[in-house]
Amino acid sequence: MSALQRLFKFHGGVKPAYNKEASTRLPIAVAPMPASLVIPLHQSIGGMPRPLVAAGEKVLKGQRIGGADGNVSSAIHASTSGTVVAVEMRLMPHTSGLSALCVVIEPDGRDEWIARQAFEFRSASPGQTRDFLRDAGVVGLGGAVFPSHLKLNAGKHGKLDTLVLNGAECEPFITCDDVLMRERAEAIVNGAVIMREILSAERVLIGIEDNKPEAIAAMDVAAAEANCKAGDAAIEVVSVPTRYPAGGAKQLIRVLTGIEVPHGERSTDYGVQCFNVGTAYAIYEAIALGQPLISRIVTVAGNVAQARNYEVLFGTSMKDLMALCAPLPDSDRIVMGGPMMGLLMPGDSVPVVKATNCILVGSQALFPPPPPEMPCIRCGDCAKVCPADLQPFEMYWFSRAKIFGKAQEYNLFDCIECGCCAYVCPSRIPLVDYYRFAKSEIWAREVEKEAADVARERYEFRLLREEREKQEKAAKLAAKTAAGREKAAAALAEAVKPAATPEEDAKKALIAAAMERAKAQKQEVHPENTADLTPEQQAEVAAIEARRAEIREMAKPHLRQDD
Amino acid sequence: MLNNSPYFLKPASVQSVMLRVLLALLPGIAAYVWFFGAAILVQIALASVTALAAEAVMLHLRGKPVMMFLGDGSALVTAWLIALTFPPIAPWWLTVVGVLAAIVVAKHLYGGLGQNPFNPAMVAFALMIVAYPSLMSQWPGVGFSDLAPQLNAIFGPRQLDAITMATPLDALRTALHTPEARATVAGVLGSDASFGNIGGKGWEWVAAGYFLGGVYLLQQRIITWHMPVAFLATLLVISGGFSLYDATRFAGPSFQLFTGGAMLAAFFIVTDPVSGCTTPRGKLIFAAGIALLTWVIRTFGAYPDGIAFAVLLLNIAAPLIDMYTQPPVFGHKNKPAARP
Amino acid sequence: MLDALLVMALGAVLLGAALGYAAVRFRVEGDPLVEKIDAILPQTQCGQCGFPGCKPYAQAIAKGEAEINQCPPGGDEGIHKLADLLGREFKSLSAEHGIEKPKSVAVIDEQACIGCTLCIQACPVDAIVGAAKQMHTIVAQQCTGCELCLPPCPVDCISMQPIGASVETWKWKYPVFKINSTQRDAA
Repeated sequence: MSALQRLFKFHGGVKPAYNKEASTRLPIAVAPMPASLVIPLHQSIGGMPRPLVAAGEKVLKGQRIGGADGNVSSAIHASTSGTVVAVEMRLMPHTSGLSALCVVIEPDGRDEWIARQAFEFRSASPGQTRDFLRDAGVVGLGGAVFPSHLKLNAGKHGKLDTLVLNGAECEPFITCDDVLMRERAEAIVNGAVIMREILSAERVLIGIEDNKPEAIAAMDVAAAEANCKAGDAAIEVVSVPTRYPAGGAKQLIRVLTGIEVPHGERSTDYGVQCFNVGTAYAIYEAIALGQPLISRIVTVAGNVAQARNYEVLFGTSMKDLMALCAPLPDSDRIVMGGPMMGLLMPGDSVPVVKATNCILVGSQALFPPPPPEMPCIRCGDCAKVCPADLQPFEMYWFSRAKIFGKAQEYNLFDCIECGCCAYVCPSRIPLVDYYRFAKSEIWAREVEKEAADVARERYEFRLLREEREKQEKAAKLAAKTAAGREKAAAALAEAVKPAATPEEDAKKALIAAAMERAKAQKQEVHPENTADLTPEQQAEVAAIEARRAEIREMAKPHLRQDD
Repeated sequence: MLNNSPYFLKPASVQSVMLRVLLALLPGIAAYVWFFGAAILVQIALASVTALAAEAVMLHLRGKPVMMFLGDGSALVTAWLIALTFPPIAPWWLTVVGVLAAIVVAKHLYGGLGQNPFNPAMVAFALMIVAYPSLMSQWPGVGFSDLAPQLNAIFGPRQLDAITMATPLDALRTALHTPEARATVAGVLGSDASFGNIGGKGWEWVAAGYFLGGVYLLQQRIITWHMPVAFLATLLVISGGFSLYDATRFAGPSFQLFTGGAMLAAFFIVTDPVSGCTTPRGKLIFAAGIALLTWVIRTFGAYPDGIAFAVLLLNIAAPLIDMYTQPPVFGHKNKPAARP
Repeated sequence: MLDALLVMALGAVLLGAALGYAAVRFRVEGDPLVEKIDAILPQTQCGQCGFPGCKPYAQAIAKGEAEINQCPPGGDEGIHKLADLLGREFKSLSAEHGIEKPKSVAVIDEQACIGCTLCIQACPVDAIVGAAKQMHTIVAQQCTGCELCLPPCPVDCISMQPIGASVETWKWKYPVFKINSTQRDAA
C-alpha cells in the first residue's frame, strides 16, 4: 500500500450505519447441497440464453445448460451433476414477482465435474478469450451482472492506464467481497494479473474501503507476492475513505484516478476499466482452473441469529440458505442486496443467482416503514449528497408530475439509484422510487415509439407496393388486350390474304435456317462444370434455377423501386 | 405493502428542521426583549396562534391530514418571522391580518408547504407596508420598554406619540433624499441619541443575536454559507463603495448591515429554501440580487426597509436563475481529453 | 390630432406589410399538424377509427372531420395527448369505435393453417410471412395487434395473445402512497 497514492473525492455521499461486523466473525462456509436447484437462464444483462438441455437429461457439474444469445449475453451452467427435472417458468429473484424460464435440476449427490482444463489465454486471440469467458458465464459479481467478456476489451487505444479492482463494498451489511479478499486474496490477485495482461493495463489499483483492515492486509500480501513474481510494482492496494457509495464503479474510478466517466461512455476510452474483486476471482477460476461460474459468496445478514458468508451454488433457494442462519421470528421480508439499493424479493422460494451478493432478512424493527411522505421543501439536502452531482429534487418534481422529458433534461439517466437522496430527505420522500418509475416509463415509451415508427414505415411501404402492383396489373392487362386484338387482326388478315408468294416463302426459309443454326450453336456451348453431372445433381440444379428465377421475379418490383 | 430500498433513512424530518430554525431565532429574540421590552413576545404568541389556526383551517379545507402538517412547524416559522419584522407595538389586528395573508394567500392558495413561489412572511410585510405605511413605521425607542404602554399600544386605543420614534433608516431617507436636503449621514445619525453608533441603539445587539442563530443554522447544515455570505458581502461592498464616494450622503456598511432586518434577512429570510434558488451559484446570485435591491430601495425608495420587496422580486427570478446555474453533472464537466 | 392619426396609420401599414412579407417568406411547407397528430397515433393501422389507417385519421382530425376519441389502441392517454396538442377538450373513448384492450399480438395456429394467404393480404404492415399452400406465420415483433387478419381467415386459426410483462419489460409503479386523512386525524 502506497502512502503516495493521491486520492480524489467524489461529491456527496452518506455514512449510514455499516453493520458489517456480524457477518465477518466466521469464515466462509460452503452451503450444503439443496434437494433441487432452480437455475434461471437469464442471469446477466443482455440476451436471454437459449436452453441447451431438456427435461430428463443428465447433466454434469459445470455443463453448459444455457447458450449465450449473441455476444451481449452470457452462458449458464449446471451448478452440480444430476438430472434436469424441468425447463419451466419459475418465480424470479426480482421485485416484479414475475416468472422466467429456469432449468430445474435434481442433484445426484455425486457433484461430478465436467472435464476441466485451464485456458491458455496467452496463446489465444483476444476474441477467443472473450468467447471463452462468455461461454464460462463470467459476469460482474458486484451486482450489475454485466457480461465480463465485453468489458475485457482495451478499447480504441488498445491498452489501458489503469485497471481498477473494486473491493470498496460500501453497502451496509454486505461483506461477501470483504471475506473473499481476506481468505482468497491470492486467487483474486491472480485474476487481476490475467485481466491486466488481456487489457494490457499499465497498473492495477485495488481500492478497498478503510473499514476493512483485514482485507487490506491480506490483499497487500498477495499483491506484494505478485509484484515480486512479475518483477515490477504494478499492483497496488489502495485504502479509500469509507463513505457510501464509494463502491460505485464510477465513484471508485473517480477516487482512485480522478477521472469522471460520463454516463453512457466506455471507461476504457478514458484509459480505465473497473472490475469487482469477486469477478476477478471468477475470471481466475474460469481461465486458470477451467471452472465456469457456478457459485458465489453470498452474505446472509440482517434479522438473523447468526449472520455469515456462504459459498452458494446458483439455483439454491433463498429459503434453504436463510435457514442456515436462523432468521428471527419477526422477519417479514427478504432483500437481495443491501439496505440502500437492494431489491425486495417476492418470496423466499426464489433462487440465488449471479447478482445475489447478499440476502438481507428484514423486519419491521430493523427497517421500520417510512413515515408518511411530506411535500418537498427544496432544502437541497439531496443535491448535497448526490454522488452524481444531480439535482434530485428537480428530477423528483418532474418525475412526480410525469413530465419525463424535463426529468431527462435534469439528467435522470445519470442517476445510479444509490439512495443517498432518499436517505437524507427530511420530507421522507421515496425519491428513488420516483426515479425508477420515471426511468421504466421512459424506456417503455421509447420501445413503443420505435415500434410505432417501424409500423408506420411498413404500412407506408405496403401502400406504395399496393399502388405499384395495381398499376402493373393494369399495364399488363392493357398489354394483353392489345396483343389479343393484334393477333385477332392478324388472323383476320391471314384469312383474307391470298397464299404467300414464293419470294416470301424463300425469305421465311432463310430466317428459319438461321434460327436453327443459332439454336444448335447455343446447345453446343455448355458450362464446363455442369458437363458431367449425375441426373440427381442436374435435377437439383434445375430446382435451384427455378427458385432463382422465382426470386428474380419477386425481386423485380424492389429493383425497380431502387431505380 | 412493503416499501422499496433504501430501507435505511437518516433520522431527519421537516419538523426537526423547522424547530431548529425557531431555536436559532431565540438569541435575537432575547436581545429584542432586553432592549425593547416584552411586547415582541406578545406579538410572537399572537402570530403563532393565528398561524396555527389559519393553517389548520386551510389544511382541513384542502382535505389534507391536519395534525401531520400542523406539526411540521413551517407555519410557526412564518409566524415568528412576521412578528419579528413587524413593529412590536403594531396593533394586534395588523399582525393577525399579516399572518392570515401569509398563511392563507401566500402559502395555501399556492398549494401549501413547498409550493409557494413567494416568501410568505415577506408577502405579509409587503402587503401591510403598502396598506398601512404609518402603522408599519412606528417603532419603539430604547427606554420605552415598559409592558403596560406597549400592551396598550397593541390592544388599546392608539396613543403612540409617547413611545414611538422614527427608525434610523427612516430618518436617514427622509433627511437625505428629499429635495433641498442639506443633511449629512453623520448629522442625521448624530441627531438622536437613540440611533446609537452602529445601526440604531439596541438593534445592533438584536442583529448580533440573529447572527449567532445564523451560525447555529450553518453548523447544523440547515442553510449553506452561500446566501448569507453573498447577501452580507454585497451589502457591504455596495454601501462601502458609495460611502467612500460620498460619506455625507450614503450611510456606511456598519450601519447598513446592522440596521433594519438585514441580519434577520441574511440568515432567516433570504435562505428560505422553498421560494429561493437551490443551486450553489444560483444562491449566490439570488442573495446578492436581494442585497443590491435592498440597498437601492433603502437609499432611493419610498419605503423604510426594502428587504421585503427585494426578496419578492428575486423570488420571481429564482426559477430562471436556477435554470441557468445548473451545476455540471458527474462526468459532464471538463471532460478529460481522450488520450492520443 | 391629424399627426397622431397619420402616425398610427403609417405604423399599421408598415407592420401589416412586414407581417405579410413574413407570412410569405417563412411559409412552412406541408402540414406539420398532420405529422404531429400521426406521431401521437399508435400506428396499429387497425382502421377501428373508421379510416383506412393512422395517417388518414390524422388528416381527418387535422381537417376537423373526425373526433379525437376514435382510436381504441391509443386509449385515454392518446386522447389526452391529442387534446393537449389541439387544444380541445378531453373526451372519453367513443364506444362505437371499440374499447381499449391490452396490447396483443396475433398468433397463427400453424397446425390448422391451410395456406390461403388471405391474412397476408389483410396485414397492414406485412408482418405475416408465407406463400400459397405453405404454412403462414406472424413476425411477432412487427405485429401491431390490429386484428385485421382475424376476419379473413377461413379456418379461424389466428388468435390474439396479450403481451404479458416480463422481468425485462416490467415497469416500476408510481410511488404515491395515499395518506388517509381521516385515519391520521383520528390517531
